Amino acid sequence: MIKALTGSFFINGDTACAEGAISAGCLFFAGYPITPATEVAERMALRLPQVGGVYIQMEDEIASMNAVLGASWAGVKAMTATSGPGFSLMMENLGLGVMLETPAVLVNIQRAGPSTGLPTLVGQGDMMQARWGSHGCYEIIALAPSSPQEMFDFTLMAFNLSEKYRVPVLIMSDEVVGHMSEKVIIPPVALEDLVSRKRPKTGPDKYLQYKADADLVPPMAIAGEGYRFHATGLTHDERGYPAMTAEAQDRLVRRLVDKIRFNKKDIINYKEVQVDDADVVVCAYGISARIARMAVQQARQQGIRAGMLQLITVWPFAEERVRTLAAQVKAFIVPEINYGQIVFEVERCAGGKTKTVLLPHMGGSVHKPETILEAIKELAK
Amino acid sequence: MSEGNVAVEATSIEKYLRQDRMPHIWCPGCGIGSVLGCFLRAVDRSQINPDKVAVVSGIGCTGRVAGYVKLDSFHTTHGRAVPFATGLKLANPELKVVVFSGDGDLVAIGGNHLIHAARRNIDMTIICVNNFNYGMTGGQVGPTAPFQARTTTTPYGNFEPPFNLPYLVAASGAPYVARWTVIHLRQLESAIVEALARSGFNFIEVIGPCPPVYGRMNKEPTGMDSLHYYQQKSVIRNGSDPKDAGIDLNGTIVVGKFVDSKRPTLWDSLSQVFAKAKERTRID
Amino acid sequence: MKLWRKPFDHNEKAVAPAKVHIDKERCKGCRYCVEFCPRKVLSMSSEIGPKGYNPAMVSDESKCLACGFCEAICPEFAIKLSGNSATAAGTEDAVQTAKK
Repeated sequence: MIKALTGSFFINGDTACAEGAISAGCLFFAGYPITPATEVAERMALRLPQVGGVYIQMEDEIASMNAVLGASWAGVKAMTATSGPGFSLMMENLGLGVMLETPAVLVNIQRAGPSTGLPTLVGQGDMMQARWGSHGCYEIIALAPSSPQEMFDFTLMAFNLSEKYRVPVLIMSDEVVGHMSEKVIIPPVALEDLVSRKRPKTGPDKYLQYKADADLVPPMAIAGEGYRFHATGLTHDERGYPAMTAEAQDRLVRRLVDKIRFNKKDIINYKEVQVDDADVVVCAYGISARIARMAVQQARQQGIRAGMLQLITVWPFAEERVRTLAAQVKAFIVPEINYGQIVFEVERCAGGKTKTVLLPHMGGSVHKPETILEAIKELAK
Repeated sequence: MSEGNVAVEATSIEKYLRQDRMPHIWCPGCGIGSVLGCFLRAVDRSQINPDKVAVVSGIGCTGRVAGYVKLDSFHTTHGRAVPFATGLKLANPELKVVVFSGDGDLVAIGGNHLIHAARRNIDMTIICVNNFNYGMTGGQVGPTAPFQARTTTTPYGNFEPPFNLPYLVAASGAPYVARWTVIHLRQLESAIVEALARSGFNFIEVIGPCPPVYGRMNKEPTGMDSLHYYQQKSVIRNGSDPKDAGIDLNGTIVVGKFVDSKRPTLWDSLSQVFAKAKERTRID
Repeated sequence: MKLWRKPFDHNEKAVAPAKVHIDKERCKGCRYCVEFCPRKVLSMSSEIGPKGYNPAMVSDESKCLACGFCEAICPEFAIKLSGNSATAAGTEDAVQTAKK
């Protein structure tokens, strides 16, 4: 019987993402076909039965998200993949996942929007939606891979983060990364390196469904083990019972948000290229980070002190790092395949200490390295 | 619970209720409590391990059932109990999954999920309490409200024909379809016992009163009026064709077990997929 | 029902009435138990319960057949029968049938 792959492969981003999930121990995928995420579903349909997992194609994205939550509550690592239109459909139940504190991974292979947009072409226009898409007040974790290798690595990371913090984790990829084929090295993943949700230490009589530990994460009971718990999307107290009061709302919402905010140091991740002495830093994520990397290299060759900050976790945003860099650089350049989303976060954190320049691209193709290089040259003067 | 100074031994179903949440919120005369009682007695009689039972409900009055049962229970979003239950069941086939929700939740917003789950014939029992309206939000029309019924959003009478639920679910492929009313307690309990013992997608519709809103606006101002209506106008026709089960305003209610058949379940087919995948020697 | 003679097994097979306990804190005065009791054992009291409802009460215990219908139909789980396990009778058959 075939299990997780190991070795060196030439595969596309979507496939690498699916393999990342399998290596992470994912045993359930519920999805719906949508360009450019379909290949994730197809790979999972092929591989999950080989490793003893279940692939089910649901009737729509809403059903997919719910099935993923249900599977997670039955104790199984679960994932779904979609693109913009499906991402919008999944929002309500992403909120349910946050409220019930359910580990799950939701992959969005972004395409140009709004609405049907350019189904087969790249966009990065869902970044703010990733943070604020569901109603109500909550905090989420979102990662942005920029290569098939990162698709594999970050999917593995996403499962670990979602299990550790009992929160759905988003993988905000894009069509270029999803459909490009590159070398991906899949290492053997040891069980000890995989994180699984905290289990209750007490028996059913003493267990309180939503009583958090010091890290603000409550141990999770799963269905069928005799804990006889109640999980509701209504505002609830520590017993899990609906509690329709302002006090309960305050306690719960604060904890759901603080659960991520207080653990930022563990969650936030970024890669830096020659940032230490940089006059201009390009702050990028996803496929734009690949192009920015090239522009920075070219700038350095021309003697300009440029650097790149690649956001691995886009949410929570790397506020502290950007704030620190703002004191050092003459400008931040933010190339995004949208008309300005993450640039506002950079600008906010720069706090007026330095210029923040957006290089927008509406979608359909990626930035040219020259565009970024020109901007670097201009701002480094 | 006690009566005066006399302590009463908790009967078998009290142990399945969250005592710290009683009394429940349902209106006087609402039948949901009675249906819940039938369900809990059925669970008890079936001798299923209660630790393996998972109750999933949606939003609405019937959806509140999940909060009162002392079993693993999930109060999910509106219309999405069925796909959530699908995920639960597929990830852990040992769970006995029961979806307990209302007509608006299961058939309107959840309609798509309902018919697909029936099509798949996934192992689960659905108890749909049909009170012909959206009770929790004040009595708006729903897809099962009889033609010409008055509701808060059809002040001139419902101008849409309703779904015939047994017909819809049977046509979608459910191998077990039954309908009872709140007054048919013993038959309902037996139906639930039967459904819990069977594999496949088992659908039980229960017609129930909604005195403060639907009932008040449609000549059933008290729960008693509704129950008398069910008593007088319901006709037991086991085995009858679900297409004849439509309900007109204040008309005959055909009840009974309409479909009782067998067909391969989702897990039967999935097992074959696992077998094929095991034999495969190449990844792709 | 009027019989023209007493059945020979009249004494062995007589059903003993159950003790009907009504929880006044749960009863919401819907009257279902009163209405659907086949022997008119229950009626509404004029007391007022803690939530303002008139609870039901047992007015003629001797007529009870222990059929359990009041317990089953009560939507509030307010009625409990004790002293006679006849309530199980109807559903016991159903379990046996389902198991076949």
